[in-house]
Amino acid sequence: MHFVVCIKQVPDSAQIRVHPVTNTIMRQGVPTIINPYDLFSLEEALRWRDKVGGEVTVLTMGPPMASDSLRKALTIGADRAVLLTDRFFAGSDTLATSFALSAALKKIGETFSKPDIVFCGKQTIDGDTAQVGPGVAKRLNLEQITYVSGINEVDGENRTVTLERRSEGGVQVLKTSLPAMITMLEGSNVVRRGRIDDALRAARAEIITWSAKDAGIEDVTMCGLRGSPTVVKKVFAPTPRAEKAALVEVGATPGDSAEALINAIFAKSPKIEDDLVKLASGF
Amino acid sequence: MSDPKPAPKAAPAGGSRATMKKELPEKFRNHKHVWVFIEMERGVVHPVSFELLGEGRKLADKLGVELAGVVLGAPGADVAHACKESFAYGADLCYTIENPVLADYRNEPYSKALTAVVEAHKPEILLLGATTLGRDLAGSVATTLLTGLTADCTELNVDDDKSLAATRPTFGGSLLCTIYTLNFRPQMATARPRAMAMPERQEGREGRIVPFAVDLREDDIITKILSFIPDRDSNKTNLAFADVVVAGGMGLQSPENFQLVKNLASVLGAEYGCSRPLVQKGWISSDRQIGQTGKTIRPKIYIAAGISGAIQHRVGVEGADLIVAINTDKNAPIFDFAHLGIVTDAIRLLPALTEAFRKRLSPHSKDRLAG
Repeated sequence: MHFVVCIKQVPDSAQIRVHPVTNTIMRQGVPTIINPYDLFSLEEALRWRDKVGGEVTVLTMGPPMASDSLRKALTIGADRAVLLTDRFFAGSDTLATSFALSAALKKIGETFSKPDIVFCGKQTIDGDTAQVGPGVAKRLNLEQITYVSGINEVDGENRTVTLERRSEGGVQVLKTSLPAMITMLEGSNVVRRGRIDDALRAARAEIITWSAKDAGIEDVTMCGLRGSPTVVKKVFAPTPRAEKAALVEVGATPGDSAEALINAIFAKSPKIEDDLVKLASGF
Repeated sequence: MSDPKPAPKAAPAGGSRATMKKELPEKFRNHKHVWVFIEMERGVVHPVSFELLGEGRKLADKLGVELAGVVLGAPGADVAHACKESFAYGADLCYTIENPVLADYRNEPYSKALTAVVEAHKPEILLLGATTLGRDLAGSVATTLLTGLTADCTELNVDDDKSLAATRPTFGGSLLCTIYTLNFRPQMATARPRAMAMPERQEGREGRIVPFAVDLREDDIITKILSFIPDRDSNKTNLAFADVVVAGGMGLQSPENFQLVKNLASVLGAEYGCSRPLVQKGWISSDRQIGQTGKTIRPKIYIAAGISGAIQHRVGVEGADLIVAINTDKNAPIFDFAHLGIVTDAIRLLPALTEAFRKRLSPHSKDRLAG
């Protein structure tokens, strides 16, 4: 079985700061990480490789420095890493990204073996769109199962997979045929720490690096800014609220503070008291 | 997922598809009207669809066009009911696709059906809820139609030239960006539940139903539903739609102390939630997370205990009518967007606040009768 995991290197958003004067993102010095949602998909791929055999390829599209994230994925246990990098990819929106990744996935199929399951992250923490996985699935005509909370069975012989998918009011138990594109839900597994021999192997491993041309892309107008139907016209900082919070004075005891706070709440919003009474009494 | 960057002031020579405003290609010129995908699971319309109808109504009025709902489902009363509800929330008409294959959501038949009706009737704008279903569907449909899709919008508007201006948070909510799909149709966007206000329901408002036939056969659909396990009531959270929400953050210092938040929520009949670090630490499950990567809430009152108010949290709570912050750090960003605040230790205040509310809200409370 060939499992391919699409990952993205993202800025660690917990450490992003906005410049207080210019309102621009201060990127300098912000460490990059593998998009945390991708790790659950990587772990699931590694688990099923260990169970049913096969190999795990990790694929990313990004600048040359994205190879750091691929190496990290090798450290965790992936067998092969492919970096898709080209100036033509700069400024890709989700449609252009899914185009480029699909081309690379086809090329991976021709060069190594056809992917049986393509894993993508549920979404990224920087773009948050959840659109690239479905885009890849549609372009490659893969069965698409997103928000998977658990894979119950991967049947290599009959080429099927049985899994559980989170929907709004419950869990769908689904059976589908391979090849498929799956995105895993956060917390659906516990991401392993790499073993020492994986770390040693990763340090020496070659990161396979492909340009658009290497990936078989002939029409580069489908890539990057030119291949993106969406245009970001304006980036701006949210308008700060004119007034800061009205502060309630702290009392001598927590009880006094609590009374003062409740009085302030009811004074600020008299209707809330009736609403709260109704709610608290279970109506 | 590209890094948003402002479009260059001068479009590069040679004319890129995206950055240069061209005249809309001929084939897209007859795209007209605003559509909302009406999300229905097991006969229940997701409230996000009504919120989108509210926004869609405003867009349609500005453009001088009609607002349509699109309802997919198994043949039966549910589809008709969803249409009636859509009319009450502002739709002028509903396109319906009824087929047994559409009884439960699966990507393949739903994306085929929605794509087919879009190709036949050509809307200029198509809105979907950013739910598990809506996100699964929107990405497929946009890719098939090769058009632009903007996720998780917090504001939708039409520009002077009548194109859709979709504004969304970016970089974890620290900035907002406005995105256009200038040269492709339909212009697609999703919005998260509670990101938009719920419009007023107009009982008895009527509209037209336009049935649309799509040839879907169960034999052709590869993915099969083996079973459905509904969430137990105790597991269901109504966090996004709750009127009162109490949440805790790192200021609580330990997972045990989170019980203090639950206690207050219980006395108030409220839902409880938390900030992102608590989910990352594994203290609280992710369906309770409030913020950019969690749920958006719009309660009448929101009490944030020991939450510093990082920008990514702020994005998810700004729609609350009254935000009350409890934090030991008077410089915490939460005091910049809360309406009321108290600079004290939430661990000490919460039990007292719970007790005080219990007394005040009891129907037999002397305090209340006196007040």
